[in-house]
Amino acid sequence: MPDIRTEEMVINMGPQHPSTHGVLRLKLRTDGEIVTHIDPVLGYLHRCFEKHAENLEYPQVVPFVDRCDYLASMNNDHGYAMAVEKFLGIELPERVEYIRVIFAELQRIASHLVALGTFGLDVGAFTPFLYCFREREMILDLFEMTCGARLLYNYIWVGGLSHDIPEGFVEKAYEFLDHFEPKIKEYNDLLSYNKIFIERTADVGTLPADVAISYGATGPVLRASGVDWDLRRDEPYSIYDRFDWDVVVGNDDVGSVGDCWNRYYVRVAEMEESAKIVRQALDQLPVDGDVKEAIPRKIRPDKGDLYFRSENPRGELGFYLVSDGSPKPMRVKMRSPALANLGVIDEIGSGWLIADVVAILGSLDIVLGEIDR
Amino acid sequence: MTSQEIYDILVSQFGDSILEFSDEPLAEYIIVDSKDWYPIAQFLHDDERLVFDSLMNLSGVDFGKKADQMEVVYNLFSMSHRHKINIKIQGPREDFVVPSVESVWRMADWFERETFDMYGIIFEGHRNLKRLLLPDDWEGFPLKKDYEVQEYYHGIRVPKVKPKKLN
Repeated sequence: MPDIRTEEMVINMGPQHPSTHGVLRLKLRTDGEIVTHIDPVLGYLHRCFEKHAENLEYPQVVPFVDRCDYLASMNNDHGYAMAVEKFLGIELPERVEYIRVIFAELQRIASHLVALGTFGLDVGAFTPFLYCFREREMILDLFEMTCGARLLYNYIWVGGLSHDIPEGFVEKAYEFLDHFEPKIKEYNDLLSYNKIFIERTADVGTLPADVAISYGATGPVLRASGVDWDLRRDEPYSIYDRFDWDVVVGNDDVGSVGDCWNRYYVRVAEMEESAKIVRQALDQLPVDGDVKEAIPRKIRPDKGDLYFRSENPRGELGFYLVSDGSPKPMRVKMRSPALANLGVIDEIGSGWLIADVVAILGSLDIVLGEIDR
Repeated sequence: MTSQEIYDILVSQFGDSILEFSDEPLAEYIIVDSKDWYPIAQFLHDDERLVFDSLMNLSGVDFGKKADQMEVVYNLFSMSHRHKINIKIQGPREDFVVPSVESVWRMADWFERETFDMYGIIFEGHRNLKRLLLPDDWEGFPLKKDYEVQEYYHGIRVPKVKPKKLN
């Protein structure tokens, strides 16, 4: 009934709200139940990580990077370590590269599992959450047996790793993959092709490809909009060019390209691809090599700056580093993928019901630790 | 397209507004004059040879009191041509004004707000230039090298943390 207008009302969704995945506040201007404008208020978790980084030496920044995106610490460490290594021009032992890829992809699976589970919660499906966390637990066990930590690892260091993988890790990782791969069908049966779930998410909050690019949306959000783009394939870093896997792109089988369902489903399919990469990396893992061999004693990059980006579970994680030749970085700017992805919320969320905004926000899969830094 | 070719196109189009070019490893950039930045940005975005449709990152840098210089860095990428370039704009540490490109790349909206928040750089023409991460009534700009934390915020003492001497 578009011609009946009610008085405009402003509703605060958050900062404490179960579907904001942290402390995010959305100021919703509503006309009846229809949202006409969304104004996100950020900064509740701000701790000025970039200022901290300027007062620390390069290797000491790694634990801070961990805490930015606490669901994908491994990928963050990996991105930062690679940026500094590029600065220094360090060559890494093969074994280190393989172990890093194994951990980065396992972490991607773990992060996507949280995304799926919590997205289910947001739209009212509780059970899939438990299934997702069951498998995530196994990944965290693998991480724990390697470096002792379950959430914040400080595992990938500049030039190497903090520990080699322990005995029995490879077997356990294979075991996990054998267990995990068939489980994807379970998620699909439970959630992806569930009639109620499709009704809630298909054709909701469609994000066109050109808008996504202009807003700097990356990762699953961009790919769901039909853009065939993945840094792991298109700007291969580390050793990603050695593996055989596919980039998943949104399609219109269920909803339309760029809708919430596609943003969700790209993640499901990506987990399968990540599992493929982990399996190949485990097959090819070199037996010997010292993981600490290439760690530099003193890190003093030459004067200069560089921007390095890598693919995090949420999208393009970039580091802009400026060095003045001292052991401490002059500037560390983290280009947070979730911040850019969240930027589209007003564009795609306006005009939908409040309940749909919850689904749209869930499908963007934000981590506030990284947005607020 | 290489940085050199991009630089040549820009020089033929904007002449004196393109101030400096470097192609060294760890220092690949084009420095442009802030006065003409908006038309240059539009040109970079729209020109068929360049099509820089994606702004990867926008960042402020403070070089400290000695150098008396600040910088805004734009890392641009073209999704269709797959080439990239870094654009830098340099200015003074106080009252640094840069034209906003928020209408060229929508991503710049929040990233310019963040840079304003942290460095106090004014992005002229931005439709909603207010702090992004800090509260609206916060004093000072934290990422400036000579930043001092305010003593009280709404009657609450702000703890002073001195950076520890390392090693």
